[in-house]
Amino acid sequence: MAEYTRPTSEKEVAQNFESIKPLMNPTMAHYESSRCLYCYDAPCVQACPTSIDIPLFIRQINTGNVDGAAQTIYDANYFGNACGKVCPTEVLCEGACVYNNQDVKPIEIGRLQSFATTKVQQENKHLYKAGAPNGKKVAIIGAGPAGISCACELRLHGYEVDIFEAKEQPSGLALYGCAPYKITNKEVLDEMAYLQDQFEYKVHYNYRIETAGQLAELEEKYDAIFLGIGLGNTNTFKLQGVDLENCTGATEFIEQIKLKPLTTAVGKRVIVIGGGNTAMDAASESARMGAEEVTLIYRRSKEDMGAYEFEYDLAKAVGVKGLFSAAPLAIVGKEKVEGVYLVKTKVEDGKVTNEEGSEFLLPCDMVILATGQQKQVTFLEQIEGLELDGKGRIKVDENTFQTTNPKYFASGDAVNGGAEVVNACGEAKKAAQAIHQTLSN
Amino acid sequence: MPDLSSNLAGIKSPNPFWLASAPPTNSGYQIMKAFDAGWGGAVWKTLGVPVVNVSSRYAAVNYRNTRMMGLNNIELITDRPLADNLREIEEVKKYFPEHAVIASLMVESKEQWHQIVKDVENAGCDGIELNFGCPHGMCERGMGSAVGQEPNVLKTIVGWVMEVATVPVIVKLTPNISDITVPALAAVEGGGNAISLINTIQSVIGVDLDTFVPYPVVDGKSTNGGYCGPAVKPIALNMVKNCAQHPDMNLPISGIGGIENWRDAAEHILLGATNVQVCTAVMHYGFGIIREILPGFERYMTEKGFNTMDDMIGKSVNNVKTWENLNLKYKVVASIDEKKCIECQLCYTACEDGAHQAIGLKEVGEGRVPYIIEENCVGCNLCSLVCPVEECITMVRRDDGTEHETWKEYMENDKAPTTFDDDRAGGKHHWVPAPADALKKKK
Ligand SMILES: Cc1cc2nc3c(=O)[nH]c(=O)nc-3n(C[C@H](O)[C@H](O)[C@H](O)COP(=O)(O)OP(=O)(O)OC[C@H]3O[C@@H](n4cnc5c(N)ncnc54)[C@H](O)[C@@H]3O)c2cc1C
Ligand SMILES: Cc1cc2nc3c(=O)[nH]c(=O)nc-3n(C[C@H](O)[C@H](O)[C@H](O)COP(=O)(O)O)c2cc1C
Ligand code: SF4
Ligand code: SF4
Ligand code: SF4
Repeated sequence: MAEYTRPTSEKEVAQNFESIKPLMNPTMAHYESSRCLYCYDAPCVQACPTSIDIPLFIRQINTGNVDGAAQTIYDANYFGNACGKVCPTEVLCEGACVYNNQDVKPIEIGRLQSFATTKVQQENKHLYKAGAPNGKKVAIIGAGPAGISCACELRLHGYEVDIFEAKEQPSGLALYGCAPYKITNKEVLDEMAYLQDQFEYKVHYNYRIETAGQLAELEEKYDAIFLGIGLGNTNTFKLQGVDLENCTGATEFIEQIKLKPLTTAVGKRVIVIGGGNTAMDAASESARMGAEEVTLIYRRSKEDMGAYEFEYDLAKAVGVKGLFSAAPLAIVGKEKVEGVYLVKTKVEDGKVTNEEGSEFLLPCDMVILATGQQKQVTFLEQIEGLELDGKGRIKVDENTFQTTNPKYFASGDAVNGGAEVVNACGEAKKAAQAIHQTLSN
Repeated sequence: MPDLSSNLAGIKSPNPFWLASAPPTNSGYQIMKAFDAGWGGAVWKTLGVPVVNVSSRYAAVNYRNTRMMGLNNIELITDRPLADNLREIEEVKKYFPEHAVIASLMVESKEQWHQIVKDVENAGCDGIELNFGCPHGMCERGMGSAVGQEPNVLKTIVGWVMEVATVPVIVKLTPNISDITVPALAAVEGGGNAISLINTIQSVIGVDLDTFVPYPVVDGKSTNGGYCGPAVKPIALNMVKNCAQHPDMNLPISGIGGIENWRDAAEHILLGATNVQVCTAVMHYGFGIIREILPGFERYMTEKGFNTMDDMIGKSVNNVKTWENLNLKYKVVASIDEKKCIECQLCYTACEDGAHQAIGLKEVGEGRVPYIIEENCVGCNLCSLVCPVEECITMVRRDDGTEHETWKEYMENDKAPTTFDDDRAGGKHHWVPAPADALKKKK
């Protein structure tokens, strides 16, 4: 795997995490947009959770109306550039493009989307203005894709919007989670600045809403409250040895890489436990950080993994090895991680069982647990009348995104249990429209 | 926001984008759908004498991976009963009182013309368009382009219509004529209120190389049809410009031909069209293309500071001169941006074989970027047109802008050249390789 050596400068970080969807130049954008068929009731649009009018914006690029293209995109999705880069387009718009039926390369919709939105950002062309103040105020908890999208839409209608964000920067997991070879921090933050310039919502950073008292205050001061809090830290995992040094949660590890790549420690031999997209990201990123050997461990077969196939392909391409049908029994080591004790598994009647006698030790010096993120149950339980479903997700009306406490609305990961940036953006925009409707009645 | 509202000889519509008389305007259903999508007006599929259509009807030119760069059809006027069409016109106007509904007509005798004009006016149409353009089938029966090609007949029929018409009358011209201003002036003389152009151009689209039958095939035979679509825009633009420039052609123009996006529409309007009509693009992509046209056009108007359509109409007309009025002292030469060049050498072979041997290649080992031989460059643009890289070959000005001389002035001042000593090329500096040098070149 010596493909990547440990980066020792910002430049090397950038090299190791080189973009997999680099910005198109105008010639590429012209040729690619020429290929789009302008389908009727286009499948790509149907596959987009924010229903961007894809044939329209592509045709607009093709006719030299790139600003108009950006407008078409932003009208549907405020994270236009981010989504163009981080969306799993292979299973969304591009996966639905009719060219697939002909075994022809689908239109590179994501990159065209980023082409148009990057242009207006770079030229600081403002497409929106906040609506005339309507005298109403909404508090938003969380400045992730859900919170920011909700804020933009509400500002259009003239609401005063205050966002309370626990962290130092906006965009939630788009910044703290999405893989750097998909989008750079600068790209994410540029779009955030571009939006805030136009919509002028207020964000209070380093401001976690934690206590019942704070909530009561918000309830009193604001006409509605939107919960865009996403999920929490990596799930705790009952496994012997998880407290050893060099055993870490995937989201925490990735956040480190995103914020401080040069000082993030990565083992020589890394084991990643999990079969979801975050596991693939953690494995890929470890490899690009210079780990010599990265093994992905999953209890079931490769086909059963929750991760998208292309995400696994990305990991494989940087040398990650998959070890399937194997479950961890314990992490071993004195103070630091020294290996993982594993057992082979088989599936019987849909249930995974361990194969007795097949235990073996896989040495390593780092373990990354990608076993899902927690729900913020303790925090949410403080809100009176707010119901969660059995999995800790906030229950909302599917059309209005109103929670069981009528003052609160919610969307994004905290409601859908963890999906993509684009889902959070689409749902939050609708939630904002519903808030507007509710408060206007 | 610019004001897009449009007024063609008194026919008002919320925007200047109309559907041309053709299959997309065959029924009230289609026209209502189009208005709902954002189109400002529609010219109903031509109404008139009973016809029988053939099957199949269309054929197209595909250029590389672009389908339907040009479309050809052998369809006739409407084959739906007049009464149905009249009823639907009335219904559409009920739902869309602000939108323009124009009845396109084509009949034979004076009595028929009088009757049908009254019929469509009773149905509530906002205007009438006279189809003197159809270049197949109908002309064999003495209608369509058979009228459009005979200025006197055209004038007479326009006169008949004007005797009874109370709504504005648009005369639709055929491009199958050598000077479009002749029928345009006949329309003026006949008393028409506006002209529209172009109808389709006579064409044979191609031949099936296995059966030897041209397309479209009707039971082993074919016929010439009418050509339209993106390919015909340059022809249409020229004719619109010719009409717009003619001092005696004082009628407003509805521009038609090859309009697919906001740019095409803007070009027609800059060259003198008051509004535009679209057929092929809708046949290709449906009414939804208005989603692209409207915002693109609006943005353009805003960028250029046009507040109303009138600010924009005809802006380019005075920038088209006759050749004899062009400045002969203006000189440009090609210049290659070495940084942008991708080394395809298309410019070289184009200029070497197809123009003036003004591009050279470096010695082997010195790279593939060609260079311009300035003394041979006549500034024809060819290399910049074939170069696949945007802005890689640009034409740079070489005269100092102080001199201005035209052929017309030469003629008026008796200064016509008697020797081949053109300063820019061809004579003084320009050299042509010896014929036998051709055999020394690598193939
Ligand atoms: C490692 C990883 C990689 C991912 N990669 C992709 C990808 O490639 N493509 C993709 O589309 N999606 C990806 N996702 C998923 C995507 O990032 C999320 O679906 C999306 O960010 C959800 O948006 P959200 O606004 O609901 O929540 P979040 O992005 O989690 O934002 C919630 C925000 O609320 C703040 N907050 C939480 N609680 C409080 C509180 N009590 N008070 C104040 N602030 C609070 C948080 O600090 C955070 O900023 C990835 C996720 C992870 C974990
Ligand atoms: C299939 C077809 C049928 C047409 N029928 C009519 C017609 O009935 N009356 C008419 O005035 N023009 C008719 N036309 C011509 C169009 O109205 C229009 O003038 C021409 O197609 C050029 O515009 P375009 O390049 O946008 O297609 C027809 C064109 C096509 C392709
Ligand atoms: S499905 Fe593909 S070809 Fe069709 S409109 Fe969408 S991107 Fe274009
Ligand atoms: S386009 Fe419609 S009417 Fe024409 S041949 Fe095809 S199916 Fe038949
Ligand atoms: S055509 Fe353009 S890109 Fe090709 S060799 Fe000439 S200058 Fe270079």
